[in-house]
Amino acid sequence: MSTRVATGGRLIDRARPVRFTFNGKSLTGFAGDTLASALLANDQMLVGRSFKYHRPRGIVASGAEEPNALVGLGQGARFEPNQRATTTELFDGLSADSQNHWPSLEFDVGAVNSAFARFLPAGFYYKTFIHPRPFWKHIYEPFIRQSAGLGKAPKERDADSYEHFYFFADVVVIGGGVAGLAAAKSAAESGAKVLLVEQGAHWGGRAPVDGGEIDGMSPEDWIAQTLAALKSMPNVTLRARCMGAGVYDHGYVLGYERLSDHAPGGEGPRHRLWRIRAKQVITATGAIERPLSFAGNDVPGVMLASAMRDYVVNFGVAPGQKVVVVTNNDDAYRTAIALKQAGITVLRVLDARSAGGGALMEEARALGIRIDCGRAIAKVSGGKRVTKVAICAQEGQGNALEEIACDALAMSGGWSPVVHLWSHCGGKLTWDEAGAMFRPDAARAPTGADGQPFVLAAGAANGALALDAALVDADASGKSAAKAVGFKVKRSTAPQGSTAEESPLAPVWLMPRNAGIELRMKAWLDYQNDVKVSDVQLAAREGYESVEHTKRYTTLGMATDQGKLSNINGLATLAGALDAAIPTVGTTTFRPPYTPISFGAMAGDARDALFQPLRRTPMQDWHETHGAEWEPVGQWRRPYAYPQPGETTHDAVMREVTNTRQAVGLLDASTLGKIIVKGPDAGRFLDMLYTNMMSTLKPGKCRYGLMCSENGFLIDDGVVARIDEQTFLCHTTTGGAEHIHAHMEEWLQTEWWDWKVYTANVTEQFAQIAVVGPKARQVLEALGGMDVSKEALPFMTWADGTLGGIAARIYRISFSGELSYEIAVRAGEGRALWDRLMQAGAAFGVMPYGTEALHIMRAEKGFIMIGDETDGTVIPQDLGLNWAISKKKEDYLGKRAQARSHMSDPTRWKLVGLETEDGGVLPDGAYAVAEGVNANGQRNTQGRVTSTYHSPTLGRGIAMGLVLHGPDRMGEMLEFPGTDGKIHKAKIVDPVFYDKDGEKQNA
Amino acid sequence: MPEPMNAPISAPISALPGARFDGLAHIEEAGLQGMITLRGDLASKPVKAAVTAATGAKLPALRQGTQGKSGMALWMSPDELLLLCPYGEVGAVLDKVNAALGDAPALAVNVSDARALFSVSGLGAREVLGKLCPVDLSPEAFTPGMIRRTRMAQIAAAFWMEPDQSFRVICFRSVAAYAFDLLKDAARPGASVGVY
Repeated sequence: MSTRVATGGRLIDRARPVRFTFNGKSLTGFAGDTLASALLANDQMLVGRSFKYHRPRGIVASGAEEPNALVGLGQGARFEPNQRATTTELFDGLSADSQNHWPSLEFDVGAVNSAFARFLPAGFYYKTFIHPRPFWKHIYEPFIRQSAGLGKAPKERDADSYEHFYFFADVVVIGGGVAGLAAAKSAAESGAKVLLVEQGAHWGGRAPVDGGEIDGMSPEDWIAQTLAALKSMPNVTLRARCMGAGVYDHGYVLGYERLSDHAPGGEGPRHRLWRIRAKQVITATGAIERPLSFAGNDVPGVMLASAMRDYVVNFGVAPGQKVVVVTNNDDAYRTAIALKQAGITVLRVLDARSAGGGALMEEARALGIRIDCGRAIAKVSGGKRVTKVAICAQEGQGNALEEIACDALAMSGGWSPVVHLWSHCGGKLTWDEAGAMFRPDAARAPTGADGQPFVLAAGAANGALALDAALVDADASGKSAAKAVGFKVKRSTAPQGSTAEESPLAPVWLMPRNAGIELRMKAWLDYQNDVKVSDVQLAAREGYESVEHTKRYTTLGMATDQGKLSNINGLATLAGALDAAIPTVGTTTFRPPYTPISFGAMAGDARDALFQPLRRTPMQDWHETHGAEWEPVGQWRRPYAYPQPGETTHDAVMREVTNTRQAVGLLDASTLGKIIVKGPDAGRFLDMLYTNMMSTLKPGKCRYGLMCSENGFLIDDGVVARIDEQTFLCHTTTGGAEHIHAHMEEWLQTEWWDWKVYTANVTEQFAQIAVVGPKARQVLEALGGMDVSKEALPFMTWADGTLGGIAARIYRISFSGELSYEIAVRAGEGRALWDRLMQAGAAFGVMPYGTEALHIMRAEKGFIMIGDETDGTVIPQDLGLNWAISKKKEDYLGKRAQARSHMSDPTRWKLVGLETEDGGVLPDGAYAVAEGVNANGQRNTQGRVTSTYHSPTLGRGIAMGLVLHGPDRMGEMLEFPGTDGKIHKAKIVDPVFYDKDGEKQNA
Repeated sequence: MPEPMNAPISAPISALPGARFDGLAHIEEAGLQGMITLRGDLASKPVKAAVTAATGAKLPALRQGTQGKSGMALWMSPDELLLLCPYGEVGAVLDKVNAALGDAPALAVNVSDARALFSVSGLGAREVLGKLCPVDLSPEAFTPGMIRRTRMAQIAAAFWMEPDQSFRVICFRSVAAYAFDLLKDAARPGASVGVY
């Protein structure tokens, strides 16, 4: 059993008990515990079930690499799945639940999969479920989906808040172990601005557990001293509980700071995403111990040797009472020694090397620990807990020489540098034969915009595993980084580490070397996704040579831990099966983030009211208090209609149209884009931008214009007003203001940079109100101050003046076919003008109208709408707008494109009006069918509906559409099958349904 | 349109009159501010003369602002400046600018109402903006007189630093409420980063 030992535990405070629950069971740990150490202290070794076979899973590691101990953490609005118990700091009231089991962790129905494991090999899903085809969609996939997945998705809204923070540093050091501290210090001493981040709550990494001396001090003392030195430097920022999550181009680094995971519920954000720009990045991310591949290496109680040492030294927890250690290197002896010193029985060290190890082995032997060299684990027995191990010769097939009853097994297969962050931005690796590990290749580092390296690895992450070598390497990395940034590096000696001399490791990828299939089928590589040595070998036999393909075929390394433990063992196994050298097989790609980061951290403040900016016009408050229903247009919310009590939305729209046509309506048109174009070449410029001629427009006059992309497609439309000889004001659509301004600037800056033209987007300088209807003039006259008569201000002109005491520019333009004035005032007076118009208009029956009434009135008048009649494939000629395309101009944007054969094809669908036979409303987007079927057996089509409404003015449904040879087929009847199963019939008519001669708008 | 010569019957209002918040920083909507966008060849004499005529300030260098007797000139882009003057004087200042520009190809336009202006002050001001804008706001990097056109979360914004180390933030008027909510959120108590 695993228990708390009587003494020890450098990170825990035995005076401060902490209560928590696991699967509803109330347990106690100490302040400073991780959830994993507290579970082990309570003899809770079994923590979950594997993904595929539902095998019992125990805690195997002590850090970010943990594949098994994933729990659902918290409750309700603070529930989060897949949290690693090994990196979860214990707090009072923590509640955790194990995952992927049913009905209970102890008794799991899915574990039956395990009995059939031989029938579920690699690629099983692909092979088994592919036939018969229809079964996949209806039977296999739903079944697999039901049994898939580890954690449950949270059901409630997240109770916490999150934020981003931008930070800039000369050197960012990722990892706060002794190498990171040394690198940060040597970089900072040159004067460089340094940010040092550490994923855990504690500085110094493994060094205090692993022992040795630094500069004649214990590692703990050296860490405290170095930390104090760094804290006193004004150019250093230290951040614990902040993981370097990713390294990207241009020195962009993401830091994932967990502020309150260890003390939830307080003020302030839970996570903060640091968005860092670094000139140089040092990855001092340490190394991860590798498991050994032997049969039963997944039985709870089998643990990484370093993790077992961590639990003893850091938390005073004994993962077992009678422990066996198996290793291929010297480091595991540190575990044997630490256990022995803590009073735990170490039954045996099995050293796969026939000659055994060096000084550490001798030290262990001196403590009375029995050491067997050339030995291996043949098999581990036990279900939910190790009960015994069978011992064999490493150079054999696994014939048991002896069995030992034990309750925990510590394993060490050597160490792999954490090269993830080095690799994120393209850093390459080299295979270190002596260390049997991939380590960063400094000659192929990630490079920045200048072609120079911007990432350095330091310490164990750079393959310098021994304490002395790690410190020298880290010190040099710090100095190199500072120098690369441009600082003068002071001469100083690196911290001197001293540690036991170690004998070389012997690579062991399978234990025993010639294990038969029965053993290989139980030798796990990936604990979370249930991938075994036999699966990877099968993939190789089936022709998978690429490690990337093998990964996907077997799911090796595809779980939430992304193969931190399984990667190297898996590819070494693949290399062995292919009879290839490990470096030729290579690794899979390391991608950010290093460990999963929360959605909240990614979203930052972008939730609730801040999810997206909502643009508000100066009259928005009025619309809100007058019951507007909204239509999103870009980031604006425009009033769709203003229903009155008792009215449906449709009723309101009908009323608004009728009232505007018969009396007077007000529209908030502030959202329409307004761009000033000024300069001696402004006319020439607009002649290129618009299809029609703008340079001939006289000051004081307005002209409707169309804008096309260089491919000829219609992109925007609006009224241009000439202000003076050199100045034009271009109205754009609401959605077009920004991109049309950008379009103008692009052409001015890249093609016509020598033209004397300047532009300014003044959309928001003005509130603009359309006063529309036969009584519009009377309303304006009631306000007074400007002559708005037909003679003084005819259609398509504008005038400046003071209207009702407010400086205003009035445009006589109409998008409704009615007598219409669009009044622009400074935005700060928009609300005042609106109020005054409502007041003065009351006597004339004024009512506001929304975008739907606007749409209906423009459709009655046959005016096109960008986004309805256009969809990026439509040219002005399709819409019968040839009158707005200048024949005199030599060129305009889109002219050449419109001359292409496809653009001038007479079979392009053209705009017509559509009138339903029964007066009903055509379904939006419906297609007009033609005779016959196409090559796919689908019905041929000959047109489609682009806009469709009920017109209260005409008392019937009206529509616009694009139809094959449409304008030549007036009076013909078309059939539009609806999704409702009905066939809607409509007659082709002129698109102008209302006041074709324009008598009203000209009035 | 002409700037009104007579006092208007209605008083123009700023985007979020009276909005204020106290947290890690003090945030306040700064009311009406005269703003003129001036585009032209910044190296040319007429543009320099226009800047002086409008504000009494010298032409600002890259990402800098200059203070004059009657206003401020802020660098916005290689061919654009923002001139600040009292709101009520924009019409008169524009006339002076246009007179100074003469025939030079340039554009001067009133954008006072197109913008919202906030003041962000207090010890946490740098961190509050540092949560929203991809700008190095450390005291070594960002000093009084500097301006940055940047992004504030999801909107375009610009800010400059006053001699008292407080910031003035401008954004488009339509997103004033979003900008204020952002600043408030970034300045909420308990959310101090603790680096500046």
